[in-house]
This record gives sequence, structure tokens and C-alpha cells, in this order.
Amino acid sequence: MNKLLFATLLGGFLGIFDGLTALFTPEVRSQIVGIVIGSTIKGLLTGVIIGFFATRVQSLLAGTIFGLIVGGFFAYLILLMNPGHALNIMLPGCLVGVIVGYAAQRHQAGRARDVARSV
Amino acid sequence: MISERALDRLSAMFGAPDLSGTRYEVLSELGRGGMGIVYLARDPALDREVALKIVDRADGGTGSAAPAALAHEARILARLEHPGIVPVHDFGELRDGRVYYAMKRVRGERLDAWLSAGRDLPDRLAVFLRVCDAVAFAHAHDVVHRDLKPENVMIGGFGDVLVLDWGIARTENQNPKNQKQNPKNQNPENQNENPGPRTANPELVAGTPHYMAPEQRAGAIDRRSDIYALGVMLRDLGGVAPLAAIARKAQAEDPGSRYQTVQELAADVQRFLAGRAVAAHREPLLERVVRIGRRNKVAIVLVLTYLAVRMLLLWLARV
Repeated sequence: MNKLLFATLLGGFLGIFDGLTALFTPEVRSQIVGIVIGSTIKGLLTGVIIGFFATRVQSLLAGTIFGLIVGGFFAYLILLMNPGHALNIMLPGCLVGVIVGYAAQRHQAGRARDVARSV
Repeated sequence: MISERALDRLSAMFGAPDLSGTRYEVLSELGRGGMGIVYLARDPALDREVALKIVDRADGGTGSAAPAALAHEARILARLEHPGIVPVHDFGELRDGRVYYAMKRVRGERLDAWLSAGRDLPDRLAVFLRVCDAVAFAHAHDVVHRDLKPENVMIGGFGDVLVLDWGIARTENQNPKNQKQNPKNQNPENQNENPGPRTANPELVAGTPHYMAPEQRAGAIDRRSDIYALGVMLRDLGGVAPLAAIARKAQAEDPGSRYQTVQELAADVQRFLAGRAVAAHREPLLERVVRIGRRNKVAIVLVLTYLAVRMLLLWLARV
């Protein structure tokens, strides 16, 4: 699995998980379907952008910081649509970006080293 | 009165070989081995220093097998063009009839001395893998080193790793026992070679006892004898359980139970370095969990942080 696909799937998975946590908040439970769909799309987009970055830049630090920025940016867009839940939206959104950014850089890094060694 | 310094110089002059007729000038003696003396020499044509290995006067006479052995060593080195194997530049005969060959002058530290400086395990294993690369290359050319040990590995100033002293190396098809087992190994070119006193008789045991495989002690060799020696070297590098298991497998009494190629051995060491399970070691569940945890500690910390943040936010929402 290449970095782009890996990051997209991971972003999507974390998006679904992120959306489902809304089940624990009674006041938004009725909107759970919309939240999960929105969160999944946000996760997939985050994954695509971070995955593409990971195919171009091989740096754990840069990839993780880029993930933080992308995750934070999409979370901020959601925040603009749902003002008043800054902490609930921004903090997990940034963390999802960091996780996807880190994982995308680590994915296949060992194999790349092995290939480099064998050349 | 002659000063001691002048006496030393005179002694060095008389001991030095007569290089007239060659393009080299002797600078000093670098060392003595079982087969010859290695001199530091200068090649004025290319303006560089080289190491000259010359048959010792005592062994260089007519009828001695030492010249053939040195020629054999030079031919083996010439066959093995690899960054981890010292290259031969030239081969010839001195006026007094002794043969010599010129090779790269290797600057650096012997592996045993390098290790005594207390290196990190990954650094030590990186050097070990470079040695494996060179030995695997030699095996691919049917050459068995037979005397692998830290004293025969040099670490250069720029991290280059060179396997030295191929003086008792043999091609696998030089061993009659192997030829009987594998007739396709019979190569007329090699049958004509006379490898010299330390190797002329295939039954003659050669090598360093501490690093010699059981079958090597009995006079039979193949590439798995080198794998045994690499196992001894690996055992001396580090004592953690997976590495000890790799070393044990490489040193199995029965050659059939060892790694069958150096690449297999190196791959297991690489797996250990990458934090993956090694083929030679069946790890208990707890050890496996700890290894996977160590390998993915940052990812685990990130996921735990995410979950902790989620829990904290839920708790804050309920307060």
C-alpha cells in the first residue's frame, strides 16, 4: 500500500471514529449521521493532502508538523460552521492530523531503507 | 660511535627489499604475517602510497610454496572487486625472485580496537552488516575467506569497512571433499592453482581456532564455515536475546542447521535492527508485546494522547 492510500484510509478511519465520539454527547446525538459523514470526509481530505505531502517530503518532523497544520485547518473550517465548540473540534482535529502525518511518514520507511541499502 | 637511530636506519635498509625494477619505493614496514611482509611503499608514477605484500626471504626460495600462495591470494583479491575488500593494484616479481603484490594502503583502525572504544550496538551491527556484504560478495564468487575475525576487519576514517587477509582464502571447488559431493564445481582453471603452504593441502587445517567451524577443523570447508565465524563475531558484539539466538544459529555444529547464506544471516540482523521478529528467535508473548511497543512507541503515545483528549473533553462536557 502506498503512502497516499495509507494516509487516506487512516484519515478516513480516524474521521469515522472522531465522528462517532459525538454519541457520548447527548445534545448532538440526533445529528450523528451528518456528523459522522462530515467527519469522515474531513478525515479523508486530511489523509489525501498529508499522504501526498509524504510522497514528496521524507521527513518525520516536517510530515508531523504538516499533519498538525492540515488537521488544524480542517478543524478550523468545521469550527467556523459550528461556533462555540472550539476545544471539542480543534483539539481532536489537530491530533488526527498529527497522527496521520506521523504514520504516513513512518509507513514503508523501513522498506525504503532496505531498498537504499541493497542498491 | 654509531648512534642507535643510525643503527635502526641501517638495519631497516638491510631488511628492506630491493625494489629496483619495480616502480615502488619502500617507506616502512607495516607488519608481518604467516605468508609475507607488508611494506608501506610509494608509487611515484601515481604519487600515492600503497601497501606491498612480499614473500618473506625465509619462504621465498626455490621449491617453497609461499610464492604460489601469495600469487593465489593476489588472484583471489583481484577477482573480488568490492568496496568492502581491499583492491589489488599490481602483481610482480622482484630482482631476487620473490613475488609481491601492491594493494590499497588501508588507513584506519582494526575492528577489535574499534570495538574496545565502546560503540553503540547499532553502530557495531552496522559494521557487522558491512562485513557480511563483503563476505556475501566473495561467496557469490565461490571464495571462502576461512579466517574471518575482528583482527581481519579494518574500519576506515570515513566509515569504510574492509575485510583483509585473504591469505588462506580458498575457492570452494578447491576442496576435494566438496568436489566429490559436487562434480560441477570442478573448474580446470582452479585445478592448476597451487595455493601455497597454508592451503596447498586441503586437509591442512588453517584459520584461527576460536573462529573455526567444526568441519573446518576437520579440513572440509564451504561458505558455511565463514557463516560460523561470522556467528562468533556476532556473539562477541552483543548479548541481547535475539542477537544471541542469531549467533547461536550461525554457529550450529551441523552446517545444515546454520544460515545457508550470509544474506540470510544479515537479513535476520537487519530485522533485529528494525525492531522486527528475527527468524532464529522464538520470542515469548510478553517479549513480543514489549518489542512491538518499543518499535511503535510514538504511534502508541499519539493514539493514547488522542484517546485521553477525547476522554478529557467528554468529562469536561459533563462537569
